[in-house]
Amino acid sequence: MIRRVCVVLTLTLVLCLPSFVGADSASQPGGELHFCLRGEPKTFNPLLVEEDASEAIRYLTGGVLVRLNRQTQALEPSLAVSWKVSPDGRTIKFWLRTGLHFSDGTPFASDDVAYTMKALMDPQLHSPTGDSFRSGEGQVEIQAPTSDTVAVTFPAPVAGLERLFDQVAILSAHSPKKEMAVLGPFYVADYAPGSSVLLRRNTNYWKKDKDGKPLPYLDSIRLDIQRNRDIEVLRFRRGEIHLINALDAEYFDRLQKEMPAAAHDAGPGLDAEFMWFNQVPTAPLSEQKKNWFRATEFRKAISMAINRSDLSRVVFSGHAQPAFGPVSPANHFWFNSSLPVPQYDSVGALRLLAQAGFRLQDGTLRDSSGNRVEFTVITNSGNKSREQMVAMIQQDLSQIGIKVNLVTLDFPSLIERITRTYDYEACLLGLVNTDLDPNSQMNVWLSSAENHQWNPKQSKPATTWEAELDRLMHSQASATSDKKRKADWDRVQQIVAEQQPFIYLVNKDAMSAISPAVVGSAPSVLDPHAYWNADALRLGPDPALGAQK
Amino acid sequence: MIKHEKAAILFRHALRRFSFLLCLGIAGALFSATLVRFAPGYGVQERELDPRWSAQSVEALRQEQVLHEGLASFYFHYLSALAHGDFGESDSLKRPVRELLAQRLPLTGNAIIRGLGVAWLAAALLAYLGLASRGWFYEASGTAVSSLLLSLPSAVIAMLAVHLRAPAFCAISVVVFPRLHRYMRSLLVRSYDQPHVLAARARGLGSVSIFWRHVLPLAMPPLLALLGVSFAIAFGAAIPIEALCDSPGLGQLAWQAALSRDLPLIVNVTLIVCLVMLAANALADLAGRAFAGDTQ
Amino acid sequence: MSPVQKAAALTLCMIFALMVFATIFVPAPYARQFRDVPNAGPSTAHPLGTDALGRDSLSRLLYGTRVSLLLAPAAALLSTLIAAVLGSAAGFLGGSFERIVLAVTDISLALPWLFLLLTVRAMLPLDVPPMASVIIAFLMMGLLGWQASVRVICAAARGVRDSDFLLLARSSGCKPVRLLLCQVAPNLRPLFYAQFWISIPLFILTEANLSILGLGVMEPMPSWGNLLRGFEDFSAVAANPWRLVPLILLVIVVMCFQLVLPSQEVIQ
Repeated sequence: MIRRVCVVLTLTLVLCLPSFVGADSASQPGGELHFCLRGEPKTFNPLLVEEDASEAIRYLTGGVLVRLNRQTQALEPSLAVSWKVSPDGRTIKFWLRTGLHFSDGTPFASDDVAYTMKALMDPQLHSPTGDSFRSGEGQVEIQAPTSDTVAVTFPAPVAGLERLFDQVAILSAHSPKKEMAVLGPFYVADYAPGSSVLLRRNTNYWKKDKDGKPLPYLDSIRLDIQRNRDIEVLRFRRGEIHLINALDAEYFDRLQKEMPAAAHDAGPGLDAEFMWFNQVPTAPLSEQKKNWFRATEFRKAISMAINRSDLSRVVFSGHAQPAFGPVSPANHFWFNSSLPVPQYDSVGALRLLAQAGFRLQDGTLRDSSGNRVEFTVITNSGNKSREQMVAMIQQDLSQIGIKVNLVTLDFPSLIERITRTYDYEACLLGLVNTDLDPNSQMNVWLSSAENHQWNPKQSKPATTWEAELDRLMHSQASATSDKKRKADWDRVQQIVAEQQPFIYLVNKDAMSAISPAVVGSAPSVLDPHAYWNADALRLGPDPALGAQK
Repeated sequence: MIKHEKAAILFRHALRRFSFLLCLGIAGALFSATLVRFAPGYGVQERELDPRWSAQSVEALRQEQVLHEGLASFYFHYLSALAHGDFGESDSLKRPVRELLAQRLPLTGNAIIRGLGVAWLAAALLAYLGLASRGWFYEASGTAVSSLLLSLPSAVIAMLAVHLRAPAFCAISVVVFPRLHRYMRSLLVRSYDQPHVLAARARGLGSVSIFWRHVLPLAMPPLLALLGVSFAIAFGAAIPIEALCDSPGLGQLAWQAALSRDLPLIVNVTLIVCLVMLAANALADLAGRAFAGDTQ
Repeated sequence: MSPVQKAAALTLCMIFALMVFATIFVPAPYARQFRDVPNAGPSTAHPLGTDALGRDSLSRLLYGTRVSLLLAPAAALLSTLIAAVLGSAAGFLGGSFERIVLAVTDISLALPWLFLLLTVRAMLPLDVPPMASVIIAFLMMGLLGWQASVRVICAAARGVRDSDFLLLARSSGCKPVRLLLCQVAPNLRPLFYAQFWISIPLFILTEANLSILGLGVMEPMPSWGNLLRGFEDFSAVAANPWRLVPLILLVIVVMCFQLVLPSQEVIQ
């Protein structure tokens, strides 16, 4: 009898389980775009934006003076009808649109721009946006002579001045809502911490489409906070979200098999993966290793011995291109196309190593003192493609007798090693480049700067080529013509190719997933790939979804 | 008179126990602060790798971190703030910790209690069924299922839960169930083989009354201890499961805090988790002793 | 030994033999990348197919078995020993010692041990051989994984403390240590075995998670934990069912451990 009771109870339990299952996915009301943020937005103040999630919200809600069209890569007037940069590159004058209002009704005028720039250039404010403008010591002067003109004068010339204003979202000087009153296509209507952000259409948005209808078409955008990429892809497949802004190669392949119309590969992007050797003189490494890493022939040989086309083909399933320099070919203007493209050549690598005193003996490479050449590469954990790249590099370099070890570390420990203790031998990381202009990489190429990763914060340049890089970077920052700047930057790329302080590996493709229900999308190579034209996107009936539901 | 005295003694005992637990919880929280402070990667931020920052900004950022430098002064400030009910502010999320905890604790508590409930019910039923059958087929298949569930990484269980649109507590019960089942089964088998149970069966007592009056009371103390343990396992499992299912509970908060080395958040989360586990186990202990006391 | 136990023991022996003689069976070294055939299906050259980098899956499984099958049971043994000693001593002696042990257990379950492991990683030099790093990882896991069963062992020990045969032993003048070792511990053996075989898969999986801290098994060495991590993508697994082999092998090993160890002991 007990057994019968138990069987009945078990069956009841099993039958009850479906009722525990959560509610079905919410159906999409007409006009709400739904996608995910990869992290919690740390701030809604556009001046303080540092990370991707806040940047996404700033892009969608902020009104800017000039907008970089992500597809044509040219600047377009936005809140400013026209602008002029003075010949010395220090002053920029904007003529603004009139009759505009913030999302809460407060009128827009030049004093809002003045207020925003003053707040941004406040020396107490520390933000990447503000720091991009800081070209020299001194006060920034802002004049707003009339309600529709504003002029900003910087103490020293700022390279690529007008492009930088694509990042400056204008705040209201008078609105009681402060930074929540915006000029962009959407405004933040609701924020559930840890869960989602709801953006609603800004009815005061100035832009209209070619038929005169006010933009944006969408009623609202819901941004869910979703850290896990597997779940993001799952939700996209189920039709719960409409787009995935940045997709990795393995997810792209998965999606392409199931939903070929949804997966978009816009071609090689600006992001690069690269490796470098520790050249810090005070690093806790053995002298022999320091000597190896400082020898140009050693670095060049390693670069020649790595099979980059295999890396692109196997690790990224063909969704990446071999990279040889800091500028991706996708950056049409700034890429130095006259540089020779090195080939994978392990024999040539061995020849180069022989010049530096290294000898191959019984399958192991030894330096001039007879020590076995072996080093450890560190990279951040949780990134499968980087681990796979190092595994492939291990095999490539074992063919010239070098033993490579891999240690993956969690990100904070990794950063501590590369910025504070310098206790590492080689590091493999990637760079997310959002800006086409080389001036944004100033802190990478100046020998005195923080991000000169192989040997940061030098009091004076350690080598002649680093001194040359310093000179070129300063020259391009103060040059007024783009042609002169390009000449300087081409020379920088040439020096990097000769000296290989960073061994560039691949440029990843810019991939995104956009549901066929989204009308008007045009995936671009520049970030945000999928929703850069959010104000012109529309939701139509999705043929695939119709079949499911 | 005696009842009053007894109640007073009990109250004093409970108060002493509670303050002991509170002290232990705070000691645990402070110990975790020490662990975090001296682990590598403290005070280092990902934003330092962003080339857009100027040198002065990076210096200013590093100066901010120096505020948490002295561990002794951190202890002092933390304890004095705690006495006022102020849990401090999270470094990475920039919000008061109290608000974060108040938001997330109910969700996690809910998930854990439901998960444990389902796991216990399932384990008890299956253990009892197994007892009744005692054949080799049942044992082999039971072993196979619990081995399978134990061998699946919690990441996979969480992903399965997401795939099947099951809420997080289902994943928690799947994780806790196999560990419970085996203990419960061996406990029940041992209890049923006791001589007094055999005697009761020989006398012809019904199986229900044997279970309630002879088997359960003796098995109660270890079962209650198991309850405390399952609570700990559930809490431990909740952290990766919530992080993977992106359910905004305490587990996800703890995970993020650990990844970003957020000292105030980690200390307070440890305090809460310590207190909850200590309290749960203390209650289980008391109940067990009360049971044992009653039957004797 | 019952027939089931014999079958389980035989299976375990076969798997151990496979592990020891792995080098004879493998079609290719585990690190060798056949870059033309990544993610391939089973074929004569690669019986279990290849992984994402074109490495032979069968070789990686056999080598991974060595790491996991040797080290996980060792770590499980260590943690079970610590739990057994602490739990039975606490239950047997009772009083304030028991309270302290249980309180320490509870607190240590709540502490973020992540940071201790990070500190251990930081103290290790970067060029420590991969095998040494894995052994240290399993040692740490063994030292930190004992908390879950202490309570249950303690409660059971308390029960045994009050039993008749122990009273008899005590009145005969048996010393407490001898009582603990010869009378209490044997009666708690089923619980120890249960804890032991539950811990084995737990440690195998924890080793995979420790790779987040840099303490797990590094490329190119394979381990079961690494191989099991690839299951998060269900559609790929469904399309390539041979990828389930590591999971099946793990389930079989855990089952065999459980069946071999006598976990149902009758008191007296």
